[in-house]
Amino acid sequence: MISSLITQILGGLALASALMVILSKHPVRSVLYLVVTFFFISGLYIMMNAQFLAIVNIIVYAGAIMVLFLFVLMLLNLNKESEPLTPMISKVIAISSGGLLFVVLLGALKNVLLAGKTHGMTLSNIGLVKQLGNELFTHYVVPFEISSILFISAMVGAILLAKKENLILE
Amino acid sequence: MNVSTLLYLLLSLPLVGAAFNVFIGKRLSKNIAGGFSTMMIGLCFVLALMLFNQIDGAQKIKAFNLLTLSNFSLDVQFLLDSLSLWMTLIITGIGTLIHLFSMGYMATDEGYSKFFVYLNLFIFAMLLLVLGSNYFVLFFGWEGVGICSFLLIGFHYSDAEKGIANSLAARKAFVMNRIGDVGLLFACFMLLTTFHSLEFDQIATAVDSHSGFTFSNLTLLGITLCLFLAATGKSAQIPLFTWLPDAMAGPTPVSALIHAATMVTAGIYMVTRSNFLFELAPIAKDVMLYIGIATSLAAAFMALRQNDIKKVLAYSTVSQLGLMVVALGLGAYTVAIFHVTTHAFFKALLFLGSGSVIHGMHHEQDIRKMGGLRKAMPITHATFLMGTLAITGFPLLSGFYSKDEIIGHLFEANIGLYGVIMFSVLMTAVYMFRLYFLTFHGRFRGTEAQWSYVHESPLNMTIPLVILSVLSLVGGILNLPGIFFHKGSHWLSTYLNKSYGLHKIHGHEASPNLTLALMIVASLVCLGTLGWAYQQYVKKGSVAKDDQDLSGWERLSARKLFWDEFYHRIWVLPTQCVGTFLNQKLEKRVFLAGVFGVAQWSKKGGEIMGRLQNGKLSSYLMWMVFGLTMLVLVFIIKATFWN
Amino acid sequence: METSSAPLNIEFFMVLSLLLFSIGMVGVMLRRNMIVLLMCIELMLNSVNLLLVAFSTYYQLANAQIFVFFIVVVAAAEATVGLSIIILAYRKLRTIDISLFNQINDRS
Repeated sequence: MISSLITQILGGLALASALMVILSKHPVRSVLYLVVTFFFISGLYIMMNAQFLAIVNIIVYAGAIMVLFLFVLMLLNLNKESEPLTPMISKVIAISSGGLLFVVLLGALKNVLLAGKTHGMTLSNIGLVKQLGNELFTHYVVPFEISSILFISAMVGAILLAKKENLILE
Repeated sequence: MNVSTLLYLLLSLPLVGAAFNVFIGKRLSKNIAGGFSTMMIGLCFVLALMLFNQIDGAQKIKAFNLLTLSNFSLDVQFLLDSLSLWMTLIITGIGTLIHLFSMGYMATDEGYSKFFVYLNLFIFAMLLLVLGSNYFVLFFGWEGVGICSFLLIGFHYSDAEKGIANSLAARKAFVMNRIGDVGLLFACFMLLTTFHSLEFDQIATAVDSHSGFTFSNLTLLGITLCLFLAATGKSAQIPLFTWLPDAMAGPTPVSALIHAATMVTAGIYMVTRSNFLFELAPIAKDVMLYIGIATSLAAAFMALRQNDIKKVLAYSTVSQLGLMVVALGLGAYTVAIFHVTTHAFFKALLFLGSGSVIHGMHHEQDIRKMGGLRKAMPITHATFLMGTLAITGFPLLSGFYSKDEIIGHLFEANIGLYGVIMFSVLMTAVYMFRLYFLTFHGRFRGTEAQWSYVHESPLNMTIPLVILSVLSLVGGILNLPGIFFHKGSHWLSTYLNKSYGLHKIHGHEASPNLTLALMIVASLVCLGTLGWAYQQYVKKGSVAKDDQDLSGWERLSARKLFWDEFYHRIWVLPTQCVGTFLNQKLEKRVFLAGVFGVAQWSKKGGEIMGRLQNGKLSSYLMWMVFGLTMLVLVFIIKATFWN
Repeated sequence: METSSAPLNIEFFMVLSLLLFSIGMVGVMLRRNMIVLLMCIELMLNSVNLLLVAFSTYYQLANAQIFVFFIVVVAAAEATVGLSIIILAYRKLRTIDISLFNQINDRS
C-alpha cells in the first residue's frame, strides 16, 4: 500500500521535473531539473528492487553525464537566455506532433489498459548486484568487452573533435 | 555434262563475276575487270545453250529444303523447261551484249567496277526469277531485280547537279515496285491457303483436276488480280508505270538491260507461268486486256512530243509492254513471249544506239540539239534505223511478225479494239520516225564544240549494235505464221507450248487470207507513216518546238498527260498531310510529351521532395516523429482489424 | 504475475514511461538550444530504461536489466561525442541555436 503510494508520488514528481526540463528558459536550470528527474527515476528503480541499476543511474547519468553537460555550458558561457523567440506556429506544431505520438502509442496499449484488471509485479532478487553480475559476466561478457572498445573510440573521438585548433577564430 | 551441274554453274557464274569485281576489280585495268564480268555472262549464255540442247520436256532440280511444315514444305527448286530456258537465253544473250557495250560506255566513269558488280548481281537475280520452280524462288528473284534496279538507277547518286534527281528516281522505282510486290505476296498467301503449295506443277495439276482442293472462282479471281497487280508494278502498266520514264536517269546500259529487255518482262513471264490460273479467271484476262490497251495508247501519246531520246524510248517500252499485256489478256501467251523476244532485240538495240549517240554527243540527250548525225556516226545510224524499222513493224522484220500476231488475235476477239490498237501502232510509227529523223537527218542544231566532238563509238560499243540489228532483222523466223510459200513453222509457239498449262491452250491458226490482209494493213500504216515523216522532217525541215511554244494536245503530250502531277496530288500530298498531322498532333503532343513528361515530372517530383531537406533540424525531427506515429498507427490498425 | 493484490502494477509503469517519452519528444522538437536538445534525448532514453526495468521485474528476467546497463554505456559515449561536436560547432558558428545550422540544405 505504502509502496504503491510512494511509487506513484515518485512517478508524478519525475513527470513534473521532466516538464520543467523542457519548459525552463535557462539551460543550466534545465540541466538541474534533469538531474532531479534522474534521481526520481532511480527512486523508482529502488522501489522495484533493481538496486544496481539505481546506483549506476545516479553515478553515471546524473553524476558524470550531467556534470559534463554543465561543464560545457559553463565553459562556453551559454547560460544566457540566448534563444530568440520561436514563432508560435513552431511551438504548436511541436506540441501537437508530440501529443499525437503520445496518443497513438497509448492507443497501442489500449487493450491492456482497459482490460479492467491490473497485473502486479512480484519483487525478486534479480536486480541485486550479485545476480546481475553473474548474468553479465557469464552470458553477456562479449558485449561487455565490446563496450570498452566503444568507450575508447568515444574518448578518442571527443579529444580529436574538441582539440583546439592552431588558428585564431574570430 | 550433267544437267544439275550446268544449272549450278549457270547460277554461280554471275556471282563469281560480282565477287571478282567487288574484291579485286578496282586494282585491275578496266578492260580486265569489265571483260571478266562479260566473259562470265558469255559463259552463262553458252551454258544456257547447252541446257537448251539437252533438255526435252521439263526437269526439276532441287537445291535444298527451306522449311517443312505439316502440310506444306518450301524448297528451293529450279524448273528447267522450255519457257524458263528461253527466258534464260534472252537474259544471258542480251546481257552479254550489254556487258560488252558497258565496257565502252562506262570507260570514263569512276564507279566502273561497281557497275559491273551490280550488273552481274542483276543477272543472277533475274536468272533466279525465271528458273525457279515455285513462287517463292520467283519472289526472291523478283525482289533481287528490284534492288538491283534501284542500285543501278541511282548509280550516279553523288553527281553534283543530278545526284538528287537520280536518287529520287531510284526511290520512285523501288516504291512502285514494292506496291506491286504486295500483290505478289497476297497472291502467294492465297495460293498457300488454297493449294498448300507454291510449286507451279502442283498448282497446275490441282487447278486442272480439282483433286481434293476446293476453291471458288472468287479465290482464283483474287489470286490472278493480285498477280496482275505485281505485273503492273514490274512491267510498268497503268497504274504503276510512271517510274519507268524517271528510271532513265540511270546510265544507258542499265536502261537497255533492265528497262527494255529483262526486268520489265518479268511481269509478262510471271503471268505466262501462271497461265493455268488466268485461264480460269476470264474477268482477270479482260482486265489485262483493257489495261494493256489503255497503257499502250496513253504511253504512245505521251511519247509523241518528248524531246529526250531516252524518254521517247521509255514511253515506247511502256507502250510495247502494253501490247504484250494485251496478248496475255487474249490468252495468247506464247505470242506474248514472242513479242518479248523481238522487243528485247530491237529495244535493246535502240537503247544502246541512243547510248552511242549520247556518248558521241558528250552526254547531251535533247534531240532538239541533234540532227544530221548519220554522216558522223554511220554504224550507229544504220543500226538505229534497223531498230526503228523493226519497232514500227516494217514488213518482214522481226517486230512486224510479232506485232502482227497480237493484232491478229485481237482482230478475232474484238474488231473495235483492233481499231484502237491500230491507232496505237500508228502513233508508235509517228514518234519513232520523228525520233529517227530529228536525230540523224537534217542540219545539226547543237553548238560548234559539240559538233567537233561527235565521233563514232569504239568497237566494243558498235559490235553489240550490229549483232542486235541482225537479230532484229531476222528474228521473225522464230515464229513465222503460215501464209507464204511455206507452211509456217510457229517454231517458238510449239516449243513453248511444252510448259505447264500452255499445252492446253489451243490457239487456232487464223485463216491465211485474214492474216495476209492484216499484214498488208499494218505494212501500209508503217510505210505511210515513214513517207509522211520523211516529208515532214527532212523535206520540210520541221523541228521540235521549244517548250513554251507548245499548246493544246502537244502540250498535253509533252507534259505526259500530267500523270505525275496527278499522282502527286492524290497520293503524295495526302500522305504528307497525314504524316504532318500525325507528327504534330500525335507525335509531338502525345508521344514526346509523354516521354519528356515523365522526365519532367520526375524532375518536379524531385524538386518537391527536395524541399524536405531544408537544413532545419526541427523540421527533420518533426517528420521523424510524424513517420513514427504513422508506423505505429499502421501496426495498431493491422492488429485491430485483422485478428 | 498475480493480480491486483501486489502493490506495483505494470500498467502504471507503461503509462509513465510513455509520458516521459512524449515529454522528451516534445522537448526535442520544441527547444532550439542544442544542449537542451541532447538532454531531452537522454530523457527519452531514460524513459525506455524505466520500462525495461519494469518488465524485467514483471517477467523475472535479468536480460532487460543487462540491456539497460548497456543503454547507459552507449548513452554515455554518445553524450561525450555529441558535446564535443557541439563545442566544435560553437567555435565555427558562435551560436548553438539549431535553427541557424541550416547550411546543409538542398539550395546550396
